[in-house]
Amino acid sequence: MTGIPHDLRDTEVDRDTVERRLAETWRTRRGFWGAIATVDHKIIGRRYIVTAFVFLLLGGVLGLLMRWQLATPEGRALGPDLYNQVFTMHGANMMFLFAVPVMEAMAVYLVPLMVGTRNIAFPRLNAFSYWIYLAGGLLLWVAFALDMGPDIGWFGYVPLSGPQYAPGKRADIWAQMITFTEIAALAVAVEIVVTVFKQRAPGMTLDRIPLFVWAMLVTSFIVMLAMPAIMVGSTSLILDRLVGTHFFNPAEGGDVLLWQHLFWFFGHPEVYIIFLPATGMISSMLPAFVRRPVFGYLALVLSMVTIGILSFGLWVHHMFTTGLPRLGESFFTASSMAIAVPAGVQIFCWIATLWDGRPVFRTPFLFILAFFFTFVLGGMTGVMVASVPLDTQVHDTYFVVAHFHYVLIGGAVFPLLGAVYYWYPKIVGRMMSERLGRWVAGLIFVGFNLAFFPMHILGLQGMPRRVYTYQADLPWGPLNMFVSLSSLMLAAGFLLFFIDAVRSARSGPPAGDNPWDSPSLEWATTSPPPPYNFARIPVVTGPSPLWENRDELPVASGLRLDRREIVITSVADAVPEARESSPRDSLWPFWAALTTSVLLIGSIFSPWAVVWGSIPVAIALIGWFWPKGTPEDEA
Amino acid sequence: MRERVCADLSGLPLHGKGTASPTFWGTLVFMLLEGSGFALMIAVYLYLRSLAPAWPFGAPPPDLWPGILVTVLLLASLVPNYCVKRWAGHEDLRKVRIGLVIMSVLGIAPLIVRGFEFAALNVSWDSNAYGSVIWMLLALHTTHLITDVGDTLVLCALMFTRHGPNRRRFGDVEDNAMYWVFVVLTWLPIYVCLYGPSWL
Amino acid sequence: MRLRHLIVSVLLPLAAGGCAGSQSALDPQGPNAASLAWLIGAFTIVCGIVWLLVMIVVGVALLRRRGAAEPADTPLAEDPGRERRKGAVVLAAVLATVVIVTGLTVISYLATHSLTAASGEPLVVRLRGYQWWWEVTYTSPSPDRFVTSANEIRVPVGRPVRLELSAADVIHSFWVPSLAGKQDLIPGRDNQLTFTAERPGIYRAQCAEFCGVQHARMALVVVALPPDEFAAWLDGQLRDAATPANEEEAAGREVASGKACAACHTIRGTPAAGTLGPDLTHVASRQTIAAGTLPTTRGSLAAWIADPQGVKPGNKMPMVPLSADELRAVSAYMASLK
Ligand code: HEA
Ligand code: HEA
Ligand code: HEC
Ligand code: CUA
Ligand SMILES: [Cu+2]
Repeated sequence: MTGIPHDLRDTEVDRDTVERRLAETWRTRRGFWGAIATVDHKIIGRRYIVTAFVFLLLGGVLGLLMRWQLATPEGRALGPDLYNQVFTMHGANMMFLFAVPVMEAMAVYLVPLMVGTRNIAFPRLNAFSYWIYLAGGLLLWVAFALDMGPDIGWFGYVPLSGPQYAPGKRADIWAQMITFTEIAALAVAVEIVVTVFKQRAPGMTLDRIPLFVWAMLVTSFIVMLAMPAIMVGSTSLILDRLVGTHFFNPAEGGDVLLWQHLFWFFGHPEVYIIFLPATGMISSMLPAFVRRPVFGYLALVLSMVTIGILSFGLWVHHMFTTGLPRLGESFFTASSMAIAVPAGVQIFCWIATLWDGRPVFRTPFLFILAFFFTFVLGGMTGVMVASVPLDTQVHDTYFVVAHFHYVLIGGAVFPLLGAVYYWYPKIVGRMMSERLGRWVAGLIFVGFNLAFFPMHILGLQGMPRRVYTYQADLPWGPLNMFVSLSSLMLAAGFLLFFIDAVRSARSGPPAGDNPWDSPSLEWATTSPPPPYNFARIPVVTGPSPLWENRDELPVASGLRLDRREIVITSVADAVPEARESSPRDSLWPFWAALTTSVLLIGSIFSPWAVVWGSIPVAIALIGWFWPKGTPEDEA
Repeated sequence: MRERVCADLSGLPLHGKGTASPTFWGTLVFMLLEGSGFALMIAVYLYLRSLAPAWPFGAPPPDLWPGILVTVLLLASLVPNYCVKRWAGHEDLRKVRIGLVIMSVLGIAPLIVRGFEFAALNVSWDSNAYGSVIWMLLALHTTHLITDVGDTLVLCALMFTRHGPNRRRFGDVEDNAMYWVFVVLTWLPIYVCLYGPSWL
Repeated sequence: MRLRHLIVSVLLPLAAGGCAGSQSALDPQGPNAASLAWLIGAFTIVCGIVWLLVMIVVGVALLRRRGAAEPADTPLAEDPGRERRKGAVVLAAVLATVVIVTGLTVISYLATHSLTAASGEPLVVRLRGYQWWWEVTYTSPSPDRFVTSANEIRVPVGRPVRLELSAADVIHSFWVPSLAGKQDLIPGRDNQLTFTAERPGIYRAQCAEFCGVQHARMALVVVALPPDEFAAWLDGQLRDAATPANEEEAAGREVASGKACAACHTIRGTPAAGTLGPDLTHVASRQTIAAGTLPTTRGSLAAWIADPQGVKPGNKMPMVPLSADELRAVSAYMASLK
């Protein structure tokens, strides 16, 4: 059409033309519809990350509200009904809308870059995933704004969430929000698995895969095996509520504990879905700051796989007080304790990495150190609550609240914040402030420990969780006040973090390609990367490609410039097998997500929504998959 | 960073077949996650069953004929399904077209019988937990039947358009055939759950 | 035993102290809670030491090479011998982890066993959870000596008590930390919990499973009495409600049995025989009303009856419109129901 030969290869023209033509082929169109239609994993990943952090902020504000209410006995800031909505929203929002999606989001952005490919596998599914996630988040928060926020706790135990005791639509909204976020997470899991299996750069054999990518691979498998449990659970719950089935109704042969088994068969792996990516971030960041490769690559991979497998054998440790047979419960004590072993392997390998390294105390590294301090402590309280008899005293108290904030914030949010400081220059092209970063790390670390450590003591002193208030003659007042004040310090740290992140996008110092002198492939391209990620696909010769090839990066050529082309390699040895095409931008994923959302939200109100709603969904899906005769469709 | 070209990939095919195709892996991974959904639903069934004093519980046992008919139809469809897969492998457009028409019919037929199968359960979903769980199992499988038949119909239509003669489409047909095998195989444990002898 | 003392002295400053109605896992008043407190102490010490060791090693690793200036662009220079030696140390640490967690598993298993071993014929009490109060039924070999009460459990010191736990609506959880670990009350399932109080005293207990809007105000007290006092008290509970001693109380009885109250409450010896709310036959003999919300006084009874939704928003007792006189009378009557 433009006089350029139909099958234009990168071998035939000079470097500038290669880049110009690739940019032309891979770019996202300008304007509103261009932004909606994009399938660029970097744009979607960025959106995903920003959205998840917005939810962190919102959830954090809810956390502060709770601390305001609990600061004094007989507090009057929130009434009982609002408090119950607030803690449910906080927990559900943090787990389903922040922690899991933010890890998926980081992977959407980073995994394709780290394995040296140009886009994630199934990019349209990726776009769909984001829209579905956004719709689920909006559903929850709009409902909350309309005083229809769920008030049943983040694990929605029946019968409290069932048709008899939760009239109205609050519980349905909670259950359907789960459906949304699970669809989104499952979609990303599928994409990650196929990206890692088939799209690794030539030469990236299994023992050269960056550890964050390994972590996401294991996580994706956990997602695929665990999330169906909550889908089965939440669907059964909605059916019980909407069409009168009896899954959880003991009067008609159903069972109350069935819900708990289903929820925790998902819920326990869920916490490792949050934690494993964080460990992958640690493993991937550490080498840059201790100036050596991580110690015990194989041991780290194996311990992640082991944690992944073991995580399916622990769910009953959330149910130690439900009166299950004692012997069975003891088994779950043993399996829960066993997970300390692979967790220990990881900690010990990182320490061994530190041992001979030359530490560079930059902000991401400070967060790694904060992680060691906090996560190991949270792991220890995890080991404590894993003991059946001990747990009968601390279950459903602030001791458990302390445990899980230690592991969630210390074990996942600290590495995540470190990761933001670390990869921000890659994503934005500018550095975040080192000076502010130190303040952020310091305030958050100190504020966190001051706010959450005393909760252990409160729990042992008998303070149950999920109480909207407590009486003045109980001895919990002073510590609660202390906790609430400390959480302000924590919030100040987060506030500073958000300020830094927003400000640096405009005024941070330019980063350059590889500001930390890191060894992995995402640093081989420009910051921010061009739409096609790599002008030529890198060829990998070892586990630390940029350190092994400090002057020249080996690359492969021969790809076409006029269609979106990626390299498919074999699963184990990453031998090139095909030049596959990657789909173009499309509005269909957006329409599919929109129609699916209408169906799912409609089904809260009437089962017929499923029947009639599936028609537009089907149309959108056909539009999505119907070939358009573009070069991408050639074979 | 400076680059050194050390490999030329221009000789590679524009689209991989079989394990070199990402859609193949995508289908496989979807089968894994849906399979775990099926497995969990069966676990729910076994769990409720282990708590019930009798099974079937508070209802007569289901009538057998519709279930048997569906099973026979599904198993029989595996033969033309296998042929379609092979023809697609050979990129034989004419045969694939015929095969897909046959598969569309063989997909719709069990769906029709499935309607009678629900009636033959002799219990309603809102009678008791037994009714709920067997309706849910059957509905779960039916959903998969419907979506895969829908997929087959769209593919069939596609093969009669100008987009048909394309290696990608043949790959899609192969993946679709693989998924159909999955839909048929997952039916067997569900069949045993619904109609298996009471001592099971 | 010396270890036990050490642990107790470490933990004691954290305990709630001796105030009446203590509710703390660190203030054990019975054998079960004592062995659990011991277990908590043992775990805390072991885990604390492990944590400290890990932190020390991290600290040393950070400090030992602070000054070392090596050319920054040789990040791959590793000494294979050193790496192997480090591997051995890591392996040793992993083995130590295995040993420690095995040990912890064993002691927690043993602790479970010591809890279930109870000696002596237990007193069987049925505890039923309602949103958001507790129904307590004292059983006896002869069914006509069953007594129903609410929101307070009295037990004889030294004798094991077996609670038979059930739930009327949603899941609740019974937890009296000074005496025993918690156990859930689950609709459709029967659970039980056995404990012994060693000393007379008042122990606060609280619902530990989120059960709806007033989960926070679903407490109860366990009152441990010397056996003879307990027997006398139980005999008192078997009697019907006290007869009004004056005109005001008599008027109050009329209100209680004539108005909506009777539809929900039982007052034995009067026509009131409802079962939706707590048995009021001896309501004034209990420490608190509305599941630990208010101390039982005439004034608090009046406040409660006048505006239950103001005192405990969302609870299941509606405001029954009463005139000022009726309110005064009925609260006087309630206060007389010792
Ligand atoms: C990121 C999230 C995360 C992580 C990583 C963990 C990790 C662990 N958790 Fe936690 N947990 C939660 C999130 C998490 N948890 C949440 C959200 C809840 C509450 C849900 C709710 O009720 O709302 C919960 C609740 C919870 C319970 C239920 C408590 C109750 O409700 O009563 C239990 C019980 O066994 C438990 C155990 C453990 C264990 C044994 C680990 C282990 O994986 C920890 C292993 C790590 C270490 C042990 C430290 C490192 C190891 C070494 C340095 C080696 C040396 C160690 C020894 C010698 C011991 N967790
Ligand atoms: C990753 C998950 C995550 C995270 C990050 C947090 C973060 C916080 N959590 Fe959360 N929490 C949970 C997961 C999480 N929590 C879960 C799963 C539950 C269980 C829910 C349930 O029982 O169902 C829970 C329960 C829970 C409780 C117990 C409620 C109860 O049982 O009654 C409390 C109480 O203190 C609490 C407090 C906090 C606080 C103070 C923070 C802080 O760290 C938040 C700090 C962050 C911010 C504050 C945002 C940034 C601040 C600013 C930008 C400042 C600007 C704000 C203003 C000007 C107002 N949480
Ligand atoms: C619709 C049912 C209903 C009616 C009518 C009703 N109550 Fe109640 N009542 C309850 C319930 C339920 C509780 C427990 C509330 C709680 O603690 O959450 C309760 C608690 C009480 C208590 C505290 C008992 C305790 O041991 O904690 C008193 C006293 C009481 N009611 C008196 C009255 C009087 C007097 C009237 C009439 C004027 C009345 N009630 C009418 C249901 C009712
Ligand atoms: Cu009853 Cu909480
Ligand atoms: Cu768990």
